[in-house]
Amino acid sequence: MQYMLLIYATEGSGPQPGTDEFGPFMKGYVDFTEDVKQAGKFVAGDALQPIATATTVSVQGGKTETMDGPFAETKEQLGGYYLLDCEDLDEAVRYAAMIPTAEHGHVEVRPVMIWDS
Amino acid sequence: MLPPLDLQRTIDRTVREEWGRILASLINTVGDFQLAEDCLQDAVVSAISHWQKHGLPDSPAAWLITAARRKAVDRLRRQKNFAARQQEISYLADLGNVPADEFQAEIIPDKRLELIFTCCHPSLEEKTRVALTLRTLGGLTTQEIALAFLDKPEAMAQRLVRAKKKIRLAGIPYRCPGNDVLPERTASVLRVIYLIFNEGYSASAGDRLTRTDLIEEAIRLARIINQLMPEDAETEGLLSLMLLHDSRRFARTGKSGELIPLEDQNRGRWDKAKISEGARILERVLPMQRLGPYQLQAAISAVHAQSPTWHETDWVQIEALYHLLYTIQPSPVVRVNQAVAVSYSRSPEAALSMLSEAASAGVLDGYQPYFAARADILARAGKTNEARKTFITAINLSDNKLEKAFLRDRIARL
Repeated sequence: MQYMLLIYATEGSGPQPGTDEFGPFMKGYVDFTEDVKQAGKFVAGDALQPIATATTVSVQGGKTETMDGPFAETKEQLGGYYLLDCEDLDEAVRYAAMIPTAEHGHVEVRPVMIWDS
Repeated sequence: MLPPLDLQRTIDRTVREEWGRILASLINTVGDFQLAEDCLQDAVVSAISHWQKHGLPDSPAAWLITAARRKAVDRLRRQKNFAARQQEISYLADLGNVPADEFQAEIIPDKRLELIFTCCHPSLEEKTRVALTLRTLGGLTTQEIALAFLDKPEAMAQRLVRAKKKIRLAGIPYRCPGNDVLPERTASVLRVIYLIFNEGYSASAGDRLTRTDLIEEAIRLARIINQLMPEDAETEGLLSLMLLHDSRRFARTGKSGELIPLEDQNRGRWDKAKISEGARILERVLPMQRLGPYQLQAAISAVHAQSPTWHETDWVQIEALYHLLYTIQPSPVVRVNQAVAVSYSRSPEAALSMLSEAASAGVLDGYQPYFAARADILARAGKTNEARKTFITAINLSDNKLEKAFLRDRIARL
């Protein structure tokens, strides 16, 4: 089964560039990505630019409306994701707990929908 | 053949006893909680009408599982994508074609442990874990579970449907967890069982103080887990704890249902068989030196159970056990109980200062047992006015009529 691991954190929380903690934190991501690739679990994964760069789109009566900013102004924002191929939820949760941001933010685990043919 | 009423009771009891084991095995075969449950439900309906006409078969469990497998084949054939599941269907059909009298119930693989770990999975809400465990392993009906938790049956049904859907779609595994997570997952299972017991024992809302069926179900579940994981010391501890608590069932309420505190209970009415079973478990498990909160609470309960009178209670030992419990489970709730022990082993004044310290962070603000304990100790310290005020706070925090009545009586006797 494929699971989407959505990484949420408050922007500006956690290790910041220029601090001693930042290097090991980023290395944690490099190691994690390498681990899931080695294990054959990795499907995709990316970090996202900050919410200051977000644009939210909707279509109202055929007219495209764009808005500056993220869809929901929540304390923690989506900052990146991994798409992993796991045995079951237990395995997905185990990997989610290894994502460095889990220590100061949250990782939401969502199974990818399978369309019955 | 049994007369109709006895037969009906026997059928009910058989279904109730076999439900968990059969359902666990069916889920393992069909791979879907909802489908397995629907098929077993269908099989039970057929069984009732068949057995009423022809009497109970030699192995009701074998009869039920064979019938349920046939129902599964029928249901799968009716599904849209049945071609894709052809392999599964013929496998099931083969299993279903074994005549029920040719195979013994003993060869049904026991998958109850897998089932309870799935039902108590940490990705489900706690109340859902409790309800799902009662439904799948306990065989309680949705109606019965709703009643036990004072929920609307529709809401409880919704909760169970959502849970089964999540198990399927989120890929919650149907197996025993690996060693790396086994301790925490076992703790989650034991917690669910203890919640079921406590719901029966203290009945957080409503008039009736005990709901016997929940108590018995919790003890039955603990026995099953204990039998399937004989190495787990805390499972034994929980079983012992529940037996020791339950030994006081007939002594802890009076004729009109009023609550009788330990101090005033007629110890002759305590259930000696339960006490000795609980104590025997502890004698076996404590020397293993794998201490945990359930074993310690059971040990405390055993000290009370083995004391011939209230005045002979070994409070020094109880205080020491609470002290040990606090080191592995440092909760304010444990502190309150420890303070009660201190009020007897040392003095009410020593207990009051311990309570004040425990309450200082505001963590006990809405905790009814804290105010009830404090009020009692204040009364014994001769601080009647303060005791009265504190009893009133405790009354206002309780939503159990019997408990309120008990506390009002305490005020009257100040």
